Amino acid sequence: MSISGVERIAAAFEGARADGRRAALMPYLMGGFPDLAGSLAIGRACVRAGADLLELGVPFSDPLADGPVIHAAGTAALKAGATLDRVLEVAGELARDGAPVVLMCYSNMIMARGLERFADRLAAAGASGLIVPDLPLEEAGDALRVCDERGLALVPLAAPTTPDERLERIGGRARGFLYAVSLVGTTGERTAVAEALPAFVDRVGARTDVPIAVGFGIGTPAQATAAADAGADGVIIGSRLVRAAREGDNVGALVSEFGQALVK
Amino acid sequence: MTAVEHRFGPYGGQYVPETLMAALAELEHAWLSARDDATYRAELDVLLKSYVGRPTPLYRAERLSEEAGHPIYLKREDLNHTGAHKINNAIGQALLAIRMGKQRIIAETGAGQHGVAAATACALLGLECLVYMGTEDMRRQKPNVERMELLGASMKPVEAGSRTLKEAVSAAIRDWVENVGTTHYLIGSCVGPAPYPALVRDLQRVIGDEARAQVLDATGRLPARVIACVGGGSNSIGIFTPFLKDADVQLIGVEAAGEGLDSGRHGAPLTAAGLPGVLHGSFSAVMQDEDGQILAAHSISAGLDYPGSGPEHTWLRDSGRASYVAVTDAEALETFARTARLEGIIPALESAHALAWALDHGPSDLDLVCLSGRGDKDLVEALEHLGR
Repeated sequence: MSISGVERIAAAFEGARADGRRAALMPYLMGGFPDLAGSLAIGRACVRAGADLLELGVPFSDPLADGPVIHAAGTAALKAGATLDRVLEVAGELARDGAPVVLMCYSNMIMARGLERFADRLAAAGASGLIVPDLPLEEAGDALRVCDERGLALVPLAAPTTPDERLERIGGRARGFLYAVSLVGTTGERTAVAEALPAFVDRVGARTDVPIAVGFGIGTPAQATAAADAGADGVIIGSRLVRAAREGDNVGALVSEFGQALVK
Repeated sequence: MTAVEHRFGPYGGQYVPETLMAALAELEHAWLSARDDATYRAELDVLLKSYVGRPTPLYRAERLSEEAGHPIYLKREDLNHTGAHKINNAIGQALLAIRMGKQRIIAETGAGQHGVAAATACALLGLECLVYMGTEDMRRQKPNVERMELLGASMKPVEAGSRTLKEAVSAAIRDWVENVGTTHYLIGSCVGPAPYPALVRDLQRVIGDEARAQVLDATGRLPARVIACVGGGSNSIGIFTPFLKDADVQLIGVEAAGEGLDSGRHGAPLTAAGLPGVLHGSFSAVMQDEDGQILAAHSISAGLDYPGSGPEHTWLRDSGRASYVAVTDAEALETFARTARLEGIIPALESAHALAWALDHGPSDLDLVCLSGRGDKDLVEALEHLGR
């Protein structure tokens, strides 16, 4: 029997440690940006450059959790013809290359497809997990059951504004890893990592058994180091890489720099 | 104490980034305590009476009634200070923000009526106000932009997408995610994540509470039909709510058919009855493609130019308690001009949709129509389309 998405994600976090990294490196790329072939090439470049996992965004018309860079990339991807099915094809290709792929997709696109059909497609594509940035605890019950049944990790988010009691419930239901939002805000580069990050990562860590990946606002290798210093088991790099893709820069080279910053 | 509804049938919920969940809980607690608090109610009631000008009159529109062939009564929300029903909600929420210790207010606006109401409430109560507005709407509703600026609000032009209300709401929500500790999001309609749909309804039901008593007083009976326009649906939910238990009273929500329901260029998710979905934090009727991308709405009236709808409306539709219909741009424009000449009242283009239904789609024994706002803001746009 093939291993489940949850197991693939766990192995990736362990593998990062075994390879001498302080935290797993998880680049985010927008599916279909600048176009479908381009996003596949970027994903492959990320893996070659040492990515342990990939977060693949599905472009959505109204992405409430995203700042201007990722929002604009999503709009451009849609304009260039990206659809859910075509992004899932990209996910499939990248998964076949061996990287655990975690899809980031907004609620409405999942509902429009139908939760079970969506999860079936995701599993068939070989993806390992799912992040839904607008599906908090209260709304996530069915999605968790459906993902669990298919061995897919439904990765929840926690924010600095999340109270302890709520964090406890989020931590208990986390699969694969827990996505710790480093700051109070939307995705996007910032000048510095939030001062309160170590305390926040501690607060999350005390309430879950899965690895903690820190994302939002990690845009320089030094900030990635700071996230690892704060206790993150994984670091997610989003807007910085999407900006590089937009500007035609070498995303792979940039990912290597982040990888270097995470070497013990 | 009754809880604040999170769901109306299957609709509603809280589909928002985790960062906002604590703020939504805080808002819900604040509303639970304020709702039944005598001090809050007294503050609000005094302002509604002495500042807004409530109760607004109920007016029997003789000449429109003659044309329609049945009596039409207008609930004159256009006579509120700032010229629309939006002020009822804006003052209520601004007072609530003060109770929560939040001094920075953000709002979205389509037609500009909610933006003006929010800017007015903030000026009155000494709060900072930022208004997100699509640049297409800023063009269509220039007088309201100037009013908001004069009232001390900072305008935040939104260039994304169709540059109308949907994008303005998204931009406001993103601002809220960034500044949630200091900021209250003063949403303008009965949309968004819980507790907003219930909160806005509670603050707007004053329209229906007054109107029900006024109609009974004037005619000794209840209306056969209550008719109101629906963008997000705040004036309609406000006037419908007190009539929900009056089983013989038909409740009719009028959406924007734009260039026609078949054209795809409309703002009528309830009437078009596609698959429901999530927009701006709640599960409700929405205009979307088969992949779940939200579609741009279209209406000549900026206030109805929205692809979503309040979750309680979607439930009222499904449960059969209210029905939803749609009126085209052309019909609304014609009614806009007709009402001006027949009654000496220039209705908002939004309200003209409701009037058009009352006038042209009888029979009825007695219609109560919510004249949700005045049309001064629409003059440039309307006259251009009317070819003058």
